[in-house]
Amino acid sequence: MATDIAGFAALADPTRREIFERVAARPSSVGELAAGLPVSRPAVSQHLRVLKDARLVADEAVGTRRVYRADPEGLAMLREYLELFWRRSLDTFAAVAEETFHDHPDAT
Amino acid sequence: MTIPTRPDVSVSVDVAAPVEHVFDVFTRQMPAWWDPDHHLLDDVVDMDVELRPGGTITEVDATGNRCTIARVLVVDRPARFAFTWDVSPRWEVEPDPARCSEVQVAFAALDTGATRVTLEHRHLDRHGDGWEGMRDAVGGDDGWALDVRHLAEVAGVG
Repeated sequence: MATDIAGFAALADPTRREIFERVAARPSSVGELAAGLPVSRPAVSQHLRVLKDARLVADEAVGTRRVYRADPEGLAMLREYLELFWRRSLDTFAAVAEETFHDHPDAT
Repeated sequence: MTIPTRPDVSVSVDVAAPVEHVFDVFTRQMPAWWDPDHHLLDDVVDMDVELRPGGTITEVDATGNRCTIARVLVVDRPARFAFTWDVSPRWEVEPDPARCSEVQVAFAALDTGATRVTLEHRHLDRHGDGWEGMRDAVGGDDGWALDVRHLAEVAGVG
């Protein structure tokens, strides 16, 4: 279950979400990200590692720099999103189906 | 980096009710359980499900506007229900069938008398530039961005 929601769990941290949105808007290095945020470079690196593990961002070497960008495969985010949408809906669904059955057990 | 790419979504839930009842609630009472934050129309008052292959699932708002979000593929009461997902990653109607995914729902009676519902949302890769659309939306001030925050909270406690 933990890996199923890794993407959104990663985004639950406000700083990490901010880093993710910046990287999604423009590919950036650790230094560029740290310069625009009130956190240290090691902290930014740590956040990027979590985002990378969740497949939300990917990195590549550009010359001597390492640049982070949104995961080009692109599906992880959509998948995470739809999974949580369906889980929320099915939880409500189960409650509604049980409630209506108890209210009207002969309806079916 | 060991998490594999798994484009399909699979979610299941056990419901303490008979399979026929569970199937009927799923197919006939969609507005009662569909996440209200995820309609394409505002103020949706009904979801009109034509329960036959080739039928549609259509949102209806208070003023009578209609928005078709899916095409029904399989109706096999009480075991299976399947439909296309004609909604883009921007949460807009996707007019190109080649860029639509599919939702397969299986209803299985358990020995306990309960029903296991297994929902698989398949072929997400057909949405193509899913990320591009989501990236723009995540960067915005409404819609996805708010939902991402909300869902992140759900994930955080879930």
